[in-house]
Amino acid sequence: MFGNDITIPHLLIFIPLLAGLLTFFIKKEATVKAWSLIASFITLAVSILSLVYAKRDDLSGYSFNYEWLKHIGASFAVQLDGVGRLLTLLTAIAFPLIFITAYKASYKNANSFYGLMLLTQTGLMGVFLSTDALLFYFFWELALIPVYFLCSRWGGERRIQATFKFFVYTFAGSLIMLVGIIYVYLHTVPILDQQTKAVVSDHSFALRAFQAADFSASQQNWLFWLFFIAFAIKMPIFPFHTWQPDAYEQSPTPVTMVLSGVMVKMGLFGVIRWLLPMFPLAVVKFDNVVIGLSVIGIIYASLIAIKQDDLKRLAAYSSIAHIGLMCASLFTTKQVAIEGVMIQMFNHGINIIGLWIVIELTERQLGVRKISQLGGVAHKAPVLTIMLVVIALANIALPLTNAFVGEFMMFTGLFQFNIWYTVVAGLSIILAAVYTLNMIQKVFYGESNVLTASMKDISLNEKLVLAVIVVLIFAVGIYPQPFFELTKASVAALITTFK
Amino acid sequence: MGNTLQIVWLIPLLPLIGFLINGLFRKQLSKSLVGIIGSGVILASFILSIYVFMQVKGGNTHLAHYFNFINTTSLKVGFDFQIDQLSSIFLLIITGVGFLIHVYSTSYMHEEESKDFAKYFAYLNLFVFSMLLLVMGGNYIIMFIGWEGVGLCSYLLIGYWFKNNEYTNAAKKAFIMNRIGDLGFLLAVFWLLNRIGSADYHTVFENVSKLSLTDITGITMLLFVGATGKSAQIPLYTWLPDAMAGPTPVSALIHAATMVTAGIYMIARSNILFTMAPVTQTVIAVVGLATAILAATIALKQNDIKKVLAYSTVSQLGYMFLGLGVGAYTGAVFHVMTHAFFKALLFLGAGSVIHAMSGEQDMRNMGGLKKYMSVTHITFLLGCIAIAGIPPFSGFFSKDEILAGAFANNPLYWGIGVVGALMTAFYMFRLYAMTFLGKFRGTHEQEHHLHESPAAITIPLVILAILAVIGGFVGIPEVFMHGGHKLEAFLEPIFEETNKYVAANHPHQPLSHSKEYLLMGISVGGALVALIFAWNKFSKYEKSDAEETGFGKVLANKWYVDELYDAIIVKPRNSLAAFLNNIVEKKGVDGLVNGVGKAVSYGSRQIRLLQSGQVGVYVLLMVIGMLVLFIVKFFL
Repeated sequence: MFGNDITIPHLLIFIPLLAGLLTFFIKKEATVKAWSLIASFITLAVSILSLVYAKRDDLSGYSFNYEWLKHIGASFAVQLDGVGRLLTLLTAIAFPLIFITAYKASYKNANSFYGLMLLTQTGLMGVFLSTDALLFYFFWELALIPVYFLCSRWGGERRIQATFKFFVYTFAGSLIMLVGIIYVYLHTVPILDQQTKAVVSDHSFALRAFQAADFSASQQNWLFWLFFIAFAIKMPIFPFHTWQPDAYEQSPTPVTMVLSGVMVKMGLFGVIRWLLPMFPLAVVKFDNVVIGLSVIGIIYASLIAIKQDDLKRLAAYSSIAHIGLMCASLFTTKQVAIEGVMIQMFNHGINIIGLWIVIELTERQLGVRKISQLGGVAHKAPVLTIMLVVIALANIALPLTNAFVGEFMMFTGLFQFNIWYTVVAGLSIILAAVYTLNMIQKVFYGESNVLTASMKDISLNEKLVLAVIVVLIFAVGIYPQPFFELTKASVAALITTFK
Repeated sequence: MGNTLQIVWLIPLLPLIGFLINGLFRKQLSKSLVGIIGSGVILASFILSIYVFMQVKGGNTHLAHYFNFINTTSLKVGFDFQIDQLSSIFLLIITGVGFLIHVYSTSYMHEEESKDFAKYFAYLNLFVFSMLLLVMGGNYIIMFIGWEGVGLCSYLLIGYWFKNNEYTNAAKKAFIMNRIGDLGFLLAVFWLLNRIGSADYHTVFENVSKLSLTDITGITMLLFVGATGKSAQIPLYTWLPDAMAGPTPVSALIHAATMVTAGIYMIARSNILFTMAPVTQTVIAVVGLATAILAATIALKQNDIKKVLAYSTVSQLGYMFLGLGVGAYTGAVFHVMTHAFFKALLFLGAGSVIHAMSGEQDMRNMGGLKKYMSVTHITFLLGCIAIAGIPPFSGFFSKDEILAGAFANNPLYWGIGVVGALMTAFYMFRLYAMTFLGKFRGTHEQEHHLHESPAAITIPLVILAILAVIGGFVGIPEVFMHGGHKLEAFLEPIFEETNKYVAANHPHQPLSHSKEYLLMGISVGGALVALIFAWNKFSKYEKSDAEETGFGKVLANKWYVDELYDAIIVKPRNSLAAFLNNIVEKKGVDGLVNGVGKAVSYGSRQIRLLQSGQVGVYVLLMVIGMLVLFIVKFFL
């Protein structure tokens, strides 16, 4: 379809990359916005096409391998398979939604802002597509650095402190992972030329070589942590999470949406793509530690969410709880749980982006996002309220919304692993209802106050954006099967390591 | 495909369409159109349900598979419906009583603004849709979709007047307490999936022998936790009285006739599991009985007409659980049915009264309404007689069956149950007398406004009253008439396995006829005495501002259970959350992170001093380093 040299993974990476680089040179703000929006829509179209024509049972999917640094065994190897499909789709959907929501807002130096946003998208796509460790690391950092600039230049009052913490934290994680990558690299087998059988490179960065590297149990036991800590910080799970509420609160909302909707999935994705297949022995050895931390984090974050007055921080803690469940589910290494995680990573992204949009639209009109200062919004903005209620119900995983399917499967898997973790983690089902309904009640119900009396309902294009989210919530909630079809072969392959 | 029951998907679909039309076009549609659409779809579903019932009665049951909800290598859940005797009975109750309540609502809610009126009907239709999913689902997961769906609609309808903070509090409380139960339900489903690999009813029931006693006990206990939430039993009942914040027809439909019986449906559906878990059975019987008594005592001292009915509902649900616990499954389902008739009638009657009283709900300000609203009065009186268990009204038959089952299991259950029945008669006739008898105690303005309600309200009352009077004849006990229990015969296939199991394991002697007559005589006689006592006492009721004292105060304050929960659950939870937020998170975890950051920056400031620029120092450090390496290499 695209010839031999350019494949779908390329398009997903290079469209945002080129568009992003070009954006820096555009002067007019309106042009910048239109340009980025168009670019993001093209990426989305490619992504959707790639899934429509996906060869579902083919484990390698669309793949491409160009040995660009032959002598050290690194290649530009990308692959769109079951593990990455839904996350690339999520990345592709997220950016147009974010750009439309931001359309009315104005950011100083719009060209840099949008350019950096598109570079972030490039990094994210790269992370989800790379099958070469060096390339993966490159994109991992590429996704981080633009976000750092975005937060530190366009963020809130305490942005410097918040972004510094965010950056140092995640960068420290990345460096530890780099040590791990190098160590594993040094233990891969040499690459031989297929014809001459001569050694091309002593080692290899290829995913397959990394998975094949043979480590003893004791080696795995410490290598595991080098990777896991980087991923754990990114997700984040308890107790590595404290950068997150600050970063979410202080970032400009479009960036928060990227961070929470897509970027946190990098950590989970890293576990699925790299950690589980590389160190199966250590995964089984430390499963209780990781699941234990995750489950503590679920309850801890849910309880703290009850006490938040800032809508952004509320969403942040709620997200930590949800991610915790996904992380716990991964480490059960139960098939049903991992299938649940796959679909839930997508759903969580959609739902939390929807939540941010509602928060952004409220804040843009009223200038506040403190729950205690709001009230009676439902009366003034009924459409916004209906959308929010649907998103909030998805956030608490009500059946027939998208999140139910994922949560149900994750809990089913967790139960197979251990009943008590399930009981404790299950309490979050109740706590989520507590903080979500509290929020709805205080912000949307009741009489309107001086501040909210001037509130107007949302405009048509805002309605459309939220309608897209709502449609996705119900579509996936009622008929999730196509999504399972896209991922199940890859999950089945992954799980064979643990059987 | 040839099955004539293939069209059952229309039954839930029609209310869903009604919800979508009324919800999406709430601003365009006129009130009368909204009412016609909202009620019309339910009527259509009701007609289909009658058709389904006739089919099922003719021996035609059906398992319909529509599409795969989840279909992966590790989990298969079909979007399936199971249509059989049990679901067809519930279909009739839900759509039949549901239709009457929709019609009633067109008048009752008429003063609402047009778009709110449409919103109300949309929610009501959505509720019926969810409730139908609940009873039609062919596996526990479809049931759970309906199960949480009805909870959501209940939340939306309790908080219908969302500007009122107290109402939205009640809505929130209902949802959260239901969610506690839902967690139990979910855990049971996970357990089933883990042991049996499927949540389809037929697969589960065919494989019960694979489950150990621990499994069965655990699963059934968790399912029962789910039931205590939805069906308002101890310890999760306190949301139901608060739910009276919703419009009165909502209380009639959701919080009396249908949703709250979901727990009974679920247990009746899973009867074989419960029959094989004697410990759970005992727990259910005891909890049901305790709830029946506790709620009845509270109802004795309530002055809000809807609160009395709410506690009465909790209490009657308790009887149904007692029935389930002692294995009288048919009796419990029977009571669901008769209770749907008379309790919907009583709530709608109360609504008619509240309507006439311009929104007043305090019975102390009522009295003498008999002469102003004759239809409401007569139908209400019939409802009271039915719930009090006076033959030959419907409540007598179903309650008697439960009590007889209780006696066979444990005479003590029966004794306590009868005491509860006496209280029922007492508080219902206290309510009746305070409302309709004596002289009017409200303001002149209210008195001037008193009127009988329009036909859209009185016709449903009359129909329900007829059902409340004659509804019991489908279940005439054997002692009166051989083969008189039509319902039992109809439901027989549902409880077939249970009956076999009981016959094989603990066969019990049927009660002798004379003993059965004696038991009936005691409970009916007692109820009559309580009834007459209350009638006499409260028809002469004088308003007084004196507060309740002593034990009466405890009852009026609902045994302080809300306060207790607040003290032992809500407050500690909030303190824990505050502690985690303010201390652990800010000072602990984040403090540690920031501390590491500070230490690093302090350390780097110190280390920076080493970079003095003097080559000599560097060389010195290098030498020291090499020495250290040397020592390490040789001596360790």
